Amino acid sequence: MKVLQLKDVSKVFYSKTQETRAIDRMTFDVDEGEFVSIIGPSGCGKTTVLSLISKLIAPTSGTVSLFGNNHVGYMLQRDQLFEWRTIEKNVYLGLEIQHKLTPENKIYAEGLLKKYGLWEFRKHYPSEISGGMRQRAALIRTLATNPDLLLLDEPFSALDFQTRLEVCDDVYAIIKSEKKTALLVTHDISEAISLSDRIVVLTARPATVLTIHTPALTAPTPLKRRESPDFSKQFELLHRYLHGDKT
Amino acid sequence: MKSSFTREHLLYLRKQKIRKTLVLAAQIGLLLLLLGFWELSAQLGWTDSFITSSPSRIWNTLKELVVSGALWKHLWASTWETIVGFAIGTALGYAIAVILWWNAFLKDVFEPYVVVLNSLPKIALGPVIIILVGTDKASIITMAVLISVVITAITILNGFVETDKEKALLLRSMGANRFQIFTKLVAPANVPTLMATLKINVGMAWIGSIMGEYLVSKEGLGYLLVYGKQVFRLDLVMTCTVVLCALAGVMYAVVALLEKIVIKRY
Repeated sequence: MKVLQLKDVSKVFYSKTQETRAIDRMTFDVDEGEFVSIIGPSGCGKTTVLSLISKLIAPTSGTVSLFGNNHVGYMLQRDQLFEWRTIEKNVYLGLEIQHKLTPENKIYAEGLLKKYGLWEFRKHYPSEISGGMRQRAALIRTLATNPDLLLLDEPFSALDFQTRLEVCDDVYAIIKSEKKTALLVTHDISEAISLSDRIVVLTARPATVLTIHTPALTAPTPLKRRESPDFSKQFELLHRYLHGDKT
Repeated sequence: MKSSFTREHLLYLRKQKIRKTLVLAAQIGLLLLLLGFWELSAQLGWTDSFITSSPSRIWNTLKELVVSGALWKHLWASTWETIVGFAIGTALGYAIAVILWWNAFLKDVFEPYVVVLNSLPKIALGPVIIILVGTDKASIITMAVLISVVITAITILNGFVETDKEKALLLRSMGANRFQIFTKLVAPANVPTLMATLKINVGMAWIGSIMGEYLVSKEGLGYLLVYGKQVFRLDLVMTCTVVLCALAGVMYAVVALLEKIVIKRY
């Protein structure tokens, strides 16, 4: 079943001196339970795609369709936890905004905190826990509103390499165990290969879908996938896609 | 002190403590030295104490003012005007900042007005205020409000505009409206800005109320200052200045304490 469908989506930005075609007739979809990554050359408008999907901006032409309860959860580069709120209050943020802080939803959010080891830290403030835990708290905040589709905008890029690999595994495991559909935007090819069921490769601006790659790695965790023999071959292939014949 | 501290740690803490004590001692020492020199030069006739007064004369004048009850009357009048001006100026400035943050069109429209008002020496409005508001306390409070309101609005609005865009994006992706973005993000994120503004406004409100009292007043420290100057009682002028220093210091300390309590989490 499809969760998301983009059909001939274009987006043009206007400024005083010029108009910029950021996205050009982009078409792809995401199935339920899938983990899809979008990679592309830097500045190609990857984040714009997420803004379109989360309805923060409207497409110039084409359609963006969300199925199910029509509701996405957005996770940004930095964890964006509010320093003046406890972890628990941070997790409730989305529910508060959507006026859905009901007892059932609270129990669901509490369940997530318990399940993913943040329960004893629920009264702590973000500055009092580690970077990896902050990122996990940010993910739980996103999950608390029970979205159909998670949009991840380079959520690991602010972390150092070692932490990034750990958090990456962590986030992947949580998303899988909650049976969520995820769409990740990244510039990191290895991250895309290790996490995704499918990889949407974009061209340089104006961005359009160059190809859709299926890594088909069977190892259970992203870290293990990085060790699989096929990994470097796929890396090379995708690298060639991204950088054309220059390599 | 916890016994689990290492010897080096204790040594470090001791050094810090000694330094702190030294700074305080130097501060008090400097004050005493200045007062002593001032007193001495007056006693020995190096300076004309009729013009420059002296610590002992200030002390005597202060005692006189306390005994006659005049000090409390004037002190209370000025403090009251300042506090009212401070409160109204801050609240009004905050409200203006909220409105201009809320509506980008209004912000663009009012920007040049705010800039001009900010650079305008507010005392120039004195005559207008007297004519419009009258020659009573209301005029003085208006002056205190005018002086603090513009800078409050500018500082707070700046803080609002500078609030983390990514966090606002996050809230919008959750479906937040502008009101929610304000209450959940912009207002709490700018508590430190508000606290900084309060500190500035203590000074601003004092300037406003004393300036107002220069223009129109029947009581207050500003009135006493002008009166002292007119009858050439420099002791009185100096005493008022000292009292003002102390008052402004106390009010600043109160705000700083408030900041310390409130700001922990921001």
